[in-house]
Amino acid sequence: MIRSLLAFTLFILCSTGGEIIITHAMKIIGEPARLRPREVLEFLWRALRNPWFWTGMPLLAASFYLLLLLLSWEPISLVIPASALNPYVFGTLAAKYFLGEQISSGRWAGVALVCAGVALVALS
Amino acid sequence: MKRELRLRIKTFVMILVMVVCANAGDLMLKRGMTKIGVVPLTLAGLRHAFFLTVTSATIWIAILFLVGFTASYMMLMSWADYSYVMPAGAFGYALLTFLAVVFLHETVSPRRWIGVALICIGVLVVGLTKPRTTEVIARAAA
Repeated sequence: MIRSLLAFTLFILCSTGGEIIITHAMKIIGEPARLRPREVLEFLWRALRNPWFWTGMPLLAASFYLLLLLLSWEPISLVIPASALNPYVFGTLAAKYFLGEQISSGRWAGVALVCAGVALVALS
Repeated sequence: MKRELRLRIKTFVMILVMVVCANAGDLMLKRGMTKIGVVPLTLAGLRHAFFLTVTSATIWIAILFLVGFTASYMMLMSWADYSYVMPAGAFGYALLTFLAVVFLHETVSPRRWIGVALICIGVLVVGLTKPRTTEVIARAAA
C-alpha cells in the first residue's frame, strides 16, 4: 500500500511536472506565425532545441513507466480513474501557481464537471 | 474582439485536430497490434514482432496520427492556457463513446452516458472562458 502511494505521488509529480514544464517551453518558444507546413516545422525545430522541452520529456516518460508499474500492482478500476483525473485536478492547480494562469470561477466549474464526467466514464 | 474570436476559432480547430489524431492513432495502433497478434516474450518472438510492426502500414498510419497529436498539442500550448486545453480536450472521451456506438455498435451503460453528458457540459463551460490568460513569454520579452 505504501509502495503504491509512493509510486502514485511520484506519478503525479512526474506527469504534472512534465506537462507544466513543456507548456512553459512552448510559451517561451512562442506560437508559429502561421499554421503553414514551413512555419509549423520551424516551430517544432525550435521546440526540439529548447532545454525546457528536454527537461519535461523525461518526466513524462518516467510518469508512463510509473503508470505501468501501478497497473501491475493495483486494480485497473482504481488506477485508471485516478490517473485520468490527474491533468484536471493537479494540472489546473499547477497551471495556476507555476504558469500564472488565471482560473476564473467559470473555468473551475467546467473543470469540476469534466472531472466528474471523466471519473464516471473511466469507472464504467 | 476580432482577435479574440480568431484565437477562439484557432484554438477550437486545433483541439479538434488534437483529439481526432489521438483517438485515430490509438485506434489504428490497436488494430495494427491485433493483426500482429500476441507477442511471445522470447528474443525470436520479439524480433519477429518488431519486423511485423515496422512493416505494417496500419502501425505507420497510427504513428503519423500520434505525431500529429504531439505537434498539435505543442502548438496549442504555445498560445493557449494549459487549464483551458486539458479540460476542453476531454471531449475526446465523448467522441470515442459516440464512435463506439455508431461504428462498433457497442452498448454504452447509463453511467457512461451521464459521464459523457457531464464532460460535454464541462467542456462547454470551459470553452466560454478566455483561451489565454497569460502573456506569451517570447512576445513579452521582445
